[in-house]
Amino acid sequence: MSSEQEQESIRCLVAKVGLDGHDRGAHVIARAFRDAGFEVIYSGLHKAPEEIVQAAVQEDVDVLGISILSGAHDTLIPKIMDGLEEYGAKEDTLVLAGGVIPEEDREELMAEGVAAVFGPGTSIEETIEFVRENAPQR
Amino acid sequence: MSADEELLEDLLAGKHRALARVISKIENRSPGYRDLVSELYAHTGDADVIGVTGSPGAGKSTLVDKLAETYRDRGETVGVIAIDPSSPFTGGAVLGDRIRMASTVGDMDVFVRSMSARGTLGGLSTATADAVKAMDAFGKDKIIIETVGAGQNEIDIVRTADTVAVLVPPGSGDEIQTLKAGILEIADVFVVNKADRDGADRTVQELRDMIQLDEGGGMAGGSGHHSQEVIDAHDDWDPEDDIDEADAETWSTPIVETVATRGEGVDDLLEAFADHRQYLVDSGEHAEQVRGRYAEEIRTLLREDVNAVLEDRLAAAGGVEDLAEAVRQGETDPYSIADDVLAPVETCLDDLEIDNG
Ligand code: B12
Ligand SMILES: Nc1nc2c(ncn2[C@@H]2O[C@H](COP(=O)(O)OP(=O)(O)OP(=O)(O)O)[C@@H](O)[C@H]2O)c(=O)[nH]1
Ligand SMILES: [Mg+2]
Repeated sequence: MSSEQEQESIRCLVAKVGLDGHDRGAHVIARAFRDAGFEVIYSGLHKAPEEIVQAAVQEDVDVLGISILSGAHDTLIPKIMDGLEEYGAKEDTLVLAGGVIPEEDREELMAEGVAAVFGPGTSIEETIEFVRENAPQR
Repeated sequence: MSADEELLEDLLAGKHRALARVISKIENRSPGYRDLVSELYAHTGDADVIGVTGSPGAGKSTLVDKLAETYRDRGETVGVIAIDPSSPFTGGAVLGDRIRMASTVGDMDVFVRSMSARGTLGGLSTATADAVKAMDAFGKDKIIIETVGAGQNEIDIVRTADTVAVLVPPGSGDEIQTLKAGILEIADVFVVNKADRDGADRTVQELRDMIQLDEGGGMAGGSGHHSQEVIDAHDDWDPEDDIDEADAETWSTPIVETVATRGEGVDDLLEAFADHRQYLVDSGEHAEQVRGRYAEEIRTLLREDVNAVLEDRLAAAGGVEDLAEAVRQGETDPYSIADDVLAPVETCLDDLEIDNG
């Protein structure tokens, strides 16, 4: 029926996992996403991978942005990806990683299902553009 | 089976992702969402719905978290809808309630969903009501709605709840004065949260005075629960005094003190919720409440539909911009346009009546 005026909005979860206490980047990204018109849920610090998965599934986010500066990305991100898969949410969630992630680790993360990695100094505009272009249509 | 039928089946089977997807469809008003919600109705009616409201930072999310935890300890499943009605002009929002709800993380039987206004506050209360239906159909025993208590729209949101708790932190004296009418009307339970802070006693006293004033000098016994004496006294109540309530039990808004951060007072609060629930059922007010809610839903849906028809008519007549310009040029006037635009609809309706008669 024509009254069903759609009111879609891109929903994002900005997540901090593990013992990593660096939250400046996550705050910068959360605010930038908000200003871009997205709905942002911020996980807060020190979350376990399962908690991130729970939030991503329940909030039904289009985008899951994981911020990691601790160097533990290679163990934590696969756990999150497995959790998403368990709930059937892996395929249509755009997963991004940001923070301090060495060049040589990126390929492996992409193979896990991470769509893109944004290191220190990446432009906010570029990131937002990427989200707009790649957020799942569902 | 269509995709939506499958989604509905998965939701009823208890799949979390299906519940999450259905709520998104409701929020997005995706094509087919109305059929989906319509299908949900048959499976609803079992959940207790509780609204938690109060000024920004009153401790709503912290308290909701503790309520959820306590319900879980009692073996009940919980759904939480955390609403942030404030969104700046960009339409974006940072939804911050979830971050305070950490006591139950890892427990999928607490389903927390954050919602924003998306520009249309009016639509938010409908979306909230529909999301409650989805959680109810999913099988949640308790559904808690958190929203900032400010204006009429938020009041509409909490009307979705059977029982509404209004948080009033210590030192809100002036606020109590200004909010008076609004909060008295919606509060079923007052919660003086942050009772660890100075001034909690005074706030309790101020609320008590306000309630007594409202009840005409404390006829119903001030605050707290109904003692048997009070209920008995209703038997020989002078009907002249209180015609509508001659037979029904009355509800006197209790005041519960809590320290949400430490979980203190949560058991008392849950007891007050249970008492209110009992009162709603015993007094017949619950049926009344539910009827009122459905009446409003029917009206809202019809308004939406009729509006859509009118928008189509307007577009067919050349669009409101052009019509407005025509008025500005002095070629016509708004009344004539309204008549013209509506004429085909009216003809249609008349024909229908002739057909049926
Ligand atoms: C500031 C800082 C701190 C501050 C953090 C304050 C805070 N609340 O955030 C303090 C002093 C507390 C700190 C402490 C530590 N730090 Co420190 N810290 C830094 C430093 C200098 C800058 C980080 C920062 O805030 N940058 C500014 C923000 C805006 O940038 P950003 O986080 O990179 O985010 C950008 C991008 O990465 C991207 N992005 C980030 N997240 C996301 C998410 C998404 C979804 C997307 C799309 C993009 C994205 O977008 C952002 C904007 O461009 C870095 C070095 C560096 N140059 O990165 C070290 C660094 C991160 N710290 C480091 C270390 C080792 C520590 C400590 C362990 C030091 C110690 N021995 O005590 C502690 C650990 C603290 C803890 N609990 O985790 C190491 C980490 C090494 C590693 N990964 O292997 C680094 C890399 C320094 C180094 N070269 O050794 N640190
Ligand atoms: N001292 C004290 N602080 C509390 C209590 N309850 C909550 N707080 C603190 O009050 C602050 C706000 O709590 P929230 O739960 O986010 O409040 P809220 O009403 O949900 O806030 P909004 O959703 O932003 O309107 C936090 O720092 C809490 O830790 C309490 O009982 N005592
Ligand atoms: Mg809150």
